[in-house]
Amino acid sequence: MTHFSAFSLLRNSLSGHKNWPKQWPDAAPKSEYDVIIVGAGGHGLGAAYYLAKEHGITNVAVIEKGWLGGGNTGRNTTIIRSNYLYDESAGLYDHAVDLWDGLSQELNYNVMFSQRGVMMLAHNVHDVQSFKRHIHANRLNGVDNKWISPEEAKAICPPLDISPTARYPVMGAAFQQRAGTARHDAVAWGYARAAAARGVDIIQNCPVLSIRRGTDGAVKGVETGKGFIKAKKVAVSAAGNTSVVMQTADVQLPLESFPLQALVSEPVKPIMPCVVMSNSVHAYISQSDKGELVIGSGTDQYISYSQRGGLPLIEHTVAAICEIFPIFRRMRMLRKWGGIVDVTPDRSAILGKTPVKGLYVNCGWGTGGFKATPGAAHVLAHTVAKDEPHPINAPFTLERFQTGRLIDEAAAAAVAH
Amino acid sequence: MLMIRCPHCEETLPELEFAYAGEAHIDRPVRPEELSDEEWRNFLFIRTNERGLHFERWRHIHGCARFFNAVRDTVSDQFLTTYKSGTPRPTEDELKELAK
Repeated sequence: MTHFSAFSLLRNSLSGHKNWPKQWPDAAPKSEYDVIIVGAGGHGLGAAYYLAKEHGITNVAVIEKGWLGGGNTGRNTTIIRSNYLYDESAGLYDHAVDLWDGLSQELNYNVMFSQRGVMMLAHNVHDVQSFKRHIHANRLNGVDNKWISPEEAKAICPPLDISPTARYPVMGAAFQQRAGTARHDAVAWGYARAAAARGVDIIQNCPVLSIRRGTDGAVKGVETGKGFIKAKKVAVSAAGNTSVVMQTADVQLPLESFPLQALVSEPVKPIMPCVVMSNSVHAYISQSDKGELVIGSGTDQYISYSQRGGLPLIEHTVAAICEIFPIFRRMRMLRKWGGIVDVTPDRSAILGKTPVKGLYVNCGWGTGGFKATPGAAHVLAHTVAKDEPHPINAPFTLERFQTGRLIDEAAAAAVAH
Repeated sequence: MLMIRCPHCEETLPELEFAYAGEAHIDRPVRPEELSDEEWRNFLFIRTNERGLHFERWRHIHGCARFFNAVRDTVSDQFLTTYKSGTPRPTEDELKELAK
């Protein structure tokens, strides 16, 4: 693996940047692995990296039906925050933010983590009360978050319309300074490169067709587009398609898959200094380092695997953005796309063991999986290596839907996250 | 935008007139007190989440306001058919005919 540094950059600039080697090999599957991870998104590649680095398990394959990072890792709006209401969620997402901090150095790959702050706008009395409750809960959990006035919000983010006659008046906002954005592709690439350097095989264009179980019920391996591959343990981290894969092992999951859409504008000079979210009107916006405004919309109402989604949602989102930021009314949008998100009834992830021996699952991240990438990957690796959950993901069991011990962020946030 | 046929109004109308209402043909338990925790979980939370033909409920909320059932391919988002609640689901042969 080439080590990236100012020196290597300088040396390669002398040859016109034409001699950079491939960052990881495109592996062909071996006949057997200790661990197979289904899905080469940030979560799956990260788990492979932590398995190799922290648990010494390097006979690992990450199998991907399309291309690496081509699912929701490459389709999200790159927002990172941890201001969740419940203790369990705060623990998990804050663990992720801790790992985001320093990830570029750890991977020797610039994931462009930028702690520019996330501002959540309150438009009515209910928003004000519930955000203040969130802020207090966050502070008790050691998660930074503070209440700011409309004037303070305007000072941080000048394009914001805070006039009292606005269609969506700003009554204040919750602001988490440690939150921000990262380069989504770089996260997948950085983990892939670091995992491959430790001996992990990354197998692309190879759909996992089914999970094979032995007569004792335990996992034996996976049937793929490139034949059967034996494995002692299998971890499924396949976002919207997780329930399809898990059904082949007779594990029923409380998941529904919906399209979640996003869009970007033409690139402009820096104008959005932070991320702004508005839960009541279902819109969020930030600016990428390329200059595009990145706008997130909501999920379509019907389940689908189409990776497109309907235009009515985009119209609704853009209308809300134009009301909150009148300056963007003449901005032209470049493209829109959809990703398939797997949503649980309580809007919290399922991360842990399954009733099948040797089978693990990381799913149900719904509309907010990107921010959790390093944290989820880290505790998934722990769960697979030790065959027991890390204390941080211990509450996120599949059994909670039977015992009733839900982590009900759905009731707490009532919105896409 | 999806175009959806309401079997009550007998009209094909844009998605905006309709509200999705989840998976169809999920029976409420007849004797809830006899259900085990697992059966409750299955009734409340487990859905087929079908990648392919999905039986689902829709409500013509900005029209006749009535519920009906639909069969839709969740990969192409194409509706195969819609039918009134209470009528039996289309058989596999009927669906094959509709898919042609």
